[in-house]
Amino acid sequence: MTTLLIAEHDNASIKDATNKALTAAAALGADVHVLVAGENAKAAADAAAKLAGVKKVLLADNAAYAHDLAEPLAALIVSLASGYDAFVAPATSRYKNVMPRVAALLDVMQVSEIIKVVSPDTFERPIYAGNAIQTVKSKDAKKVITVRTSTFAAAGEGGSAPVENATAAADPGLSSFVGEEVAKSDRPELTSAKIIVSGGRAMQSRENFAKYIEPLADKLGAGVGASRAAVDAGYAPNDWQVGQTGKVVAPELYVAIGISGAIQHLAGMKDSKVIVAINKDEDAPIFQVADYGLVADLYQAVPELTDALGKLGK
Amino acid sequence: MKVLVPVKRVVDFNVKVRVKSDGTGVELANVKMSMNPFDEIAVEEALRLKEAGKATEVVVVSIGPAQASETIRTGLAMGADRGILVKAEGNVEPLAVAKLLKAVAEAEKPGLIILGKQAIDDDSNQTGQMLAALLGWPQATFASKLEIEGSDFKVTREVDGGLQTVKLKGPAIVTTDLRLNEPRYASLPNIMKAKKKPIDDKSASDYGVDLTPHLEVLKTAEPPGRKGGVKVKDVAELVSKLKTEAGVL
Ligand SMILES: Cc1cc2nc3c(=O)[nH]c(=O)nc-3n(C[C@H](O)[C@H](O)[C@H](O)COP(=O)(O)OP(=O)(O)OC[C@H]3O[C@@H](n4cnc5c(N)ncnc54)[C@H](O)[C@@H]3O)c2cc1C
Ligand SMILES: Cc1cc2nc3c(=O)[nH]c(=O)nc-3n(C[C@H](O)[C@H](O)[C@H](O)COP(=O)(O)OP(=O)(O)OC[C@H]3O[C@@H](n4cnc5c(N)ncnc54)[C@H](O)[C@@H]3O)c2cc1C
Repeated sequence: MTTLLIAEHDNASIKDATNKALTAAAALGADVHVLVAGENAKAAADAAAKLAGVKKVLLADNAAYAHDLAEPLAALIVSLASGYDAFVAPATSRYKNVMPRVAALLDVMQVSEIIKVVSPDTFERPIYAGNAIQTVKSKDAKKVITVRTSTFAAAGEGGSAPVENATAAADPGLSSFVGEEVAKSDRPELTSAKIIVSGGRAMQSRENFAKYIEPLADKLGAGVGASRAAVDAGYAPNDWQVGQTGKVVAPELYVAIGISGAIQHLAGMKDSKVIVAINKDEDAPIFQVADYGLVADLYQAVPELTDALGKLGK
Repeated sequence: MKVLVPVKRVVDFNVKVRVKSDGTGVELANVKMSMNPFDEIAVEEALRLKEAGKATEVVVVSIGPAQASETIRTGLAMGADRGILVKAEGNVEPLAVAKLLKAVAEAEKPGLIILGKQAIDDDSNQTGQMLAALLGWPQATFASKLEIEGSDFKVTREVDGGLQTVKLKGPAIVTTDLRLNEPRYASLPNIMKAKKKPIDDKSASDYGVDLTPHLEVLKTAEPPGRKGGVKVKDVAELVSKLKTEAGVL
C-alpha cells in the first residue's frame, strides 16, 4: 500500500497546501511518496524530500509540466498508477482541474475536497455550500482524493527522502499555454494567511479597496479577500474571492467589511477561528456568525481601526 | 459547429438546505429547484456563440428524474434549439454522468461542450474534467473568457494566482466560472416558444452505462454550528476585545 501525494509548488519551493495535504495523505496509513511535476523543479523536489514522513520524492522535470496543463499532467499521474493505491492532491485550482481527469482515466470516482479521513476508505466532505457534511466510503480499488486544505494542519519538516527522476509520459498535445496574468504581491496568500481582511459590495470601487481595505490588511500583515459581488463589480481581482465557488479559508482572524454574509460567502470563511464583521445594517446575516460585530459605517470605522492598530504598534 | 450544454437541476441557490434528522440526506421535498447557476452561464455562452454566427445549433442535455425536463425547458426558453433528457433515478455520480454525456456526445458530435465548473449541490467540480478524459479531448476549466480561432479555442481561466490563458484543439470541453458572462432572463414569448421545442426522451439504459455508485454515502450530518458573538459599541472596544479576549492581535 502506497499513497502518491501530488505537490503544489512553484518549481523553487513547496506551497503550504502541500504540507496540509500531506497530513491528510499520511492519515491513510500507508507510505507516502510525493510527485513534483514541473520545469526546473529540482529545488521544489528537494524541499519535498525534507517533509516529515515522506518516503520518496518523484521528480518529473519536463517542459510539458511547466504550465499546469491538465492533459499532460493527468497522463503523467496515470502512467505512475500501477505503483499506487491512492492519489492525493490539495484542492487548489491546479488539482481541481487535473485530478478528476485522472480519476476518469482510472475509471474511479474522485472524492472531492475531503475535510476528514475517517478510515483509509471513508471520508467526510462538505456538500451544499457546507450546510451538510457527507460521510462517504469509496469502493474503488484506487482512490483519487482532493483535500480541502483549510481543515488540515500543515506537516512539518524532518524527513530526508531520496529524490528519483520520473519519466515524462507522452504529451497528448491537445492544449498549449498562451499566457498568464499573475499578480505579484507581498501579502500572504489567502489560503495560508493567518489573518484576512475582506471587502464586499459596499466598497464601491477598486480605489476604495486600496484606500480602506489594503492599509488595514497591511497593518495586520493580512491577506486580502473579497465577496463575489466585489469581484464581479471589478473592485477586486478574481483570485481574491472567498466562498463556496472561490477560495475556502480558515484563518485565525477574518475581518468582513461591508459584506452581508450570504450562504455562499459563509461557506468560504465560517471555519475561521475569530470572525469580525463591520456592517452598517444591524440585521446583516454576517452578524450571526461573527464573534465581534460592529454596526457602523465602514468609511468611518475602518480608518479608525487602522489608526487604533497603528497606536498599538502594528 | 454544434454546441452541447449539459444542465443540472439543483436546489435553488437561495435555499438553505436542511439535513434530514435520520442522517440519510438533505430535505428535498417541496424545495425550490432551479438550473445550476453555472449552467445558466454555459447556456448563455453557447447562445452568444450562435448569435455571433460561430455556432449553428445549441443542444441542452440533462441527466436526472423526469422533472429535469423543466431544467431543459429553462434552457430552451433562454434560446437553445432542442433538448435531450436522459432519465436516471437516484444517485448518479459525476463519473456516471460523464459516461452518459460521452455517449450523447458520440451521437451528437458537437464541436464544443460547455459545462458548469461545479454543481452547487454536490460541489464536486468533476464532471467536465471527467468527460474530457473519457472523450480524449482537451479541457479548459473555470473559464472567464472564450474565443474561437479557426478550429481552436482560446480560453482565459480563473486560477489561484490570477488568470491563465490556454489554447485548445477542437473539439474541446470548457467549464464556466462566474465571470464568463451574465446570463439572460427568458422572456415570456420565448418561454411560450420553448414549449414547442423538441426534447428527446432517453433513458440511461439506452446507452448501456453502468450507474452503480462507486461511493457509498454512509451518512449526511449537520455541520458543527457557529453561534453569533457579541456586538461591540465602537472601534476602541473592538480592538480591546481582539487583544485581550480573542488574543489575535
Ligand atoms: C452560483 C453562485 C456562487 C456564488 N459564489 C460566491 C462566493 O464564492 N463567494 C461570495 O462571496 N459570494 C458568492 N455568491 C454570491 C452571494 O450570493 C452574494 O450575492 C454575495 O456574497 C454578496 O456580496 P456582498 O456581501 O459583498 O454584497 P451585498 O449582499 O450587497 O452586501 C453588502 C453589505 O454591505 C453593507 N454596507 C453597505 N454600505 C456600507 C457601509 N458604508 N458601511 C458598512 N456596511 C455597509 C450592507 O449593509 C450589506 O450588508 C455566489 C452566488 C451564486 C448564485
Ligand atoms: C434524484 C437524485 C438523487 C440524488 N441523490 C443523491 C444522494 O443521495 N447522494 C449524493 O451524493 N448525490 C445525490 N444526487 C446527486 C448526484 O450524485 C450528482 O448529480 C452527481 O454526483 C454529480 O455531481 P455534481 O453535480 O456535484 O458534479 P459537478 O462535477 O460539480 O457538476 C459540474 C457540471 O456537470 C454537469 N452536470 C453534472 N450533473 C449533471 C446532470 N445530472 N445532467 C446534466 N449535466 C450535469 C453540469 O454542467 C454541471 O454544472 C442525486 C441526484 C438526483 C438527481
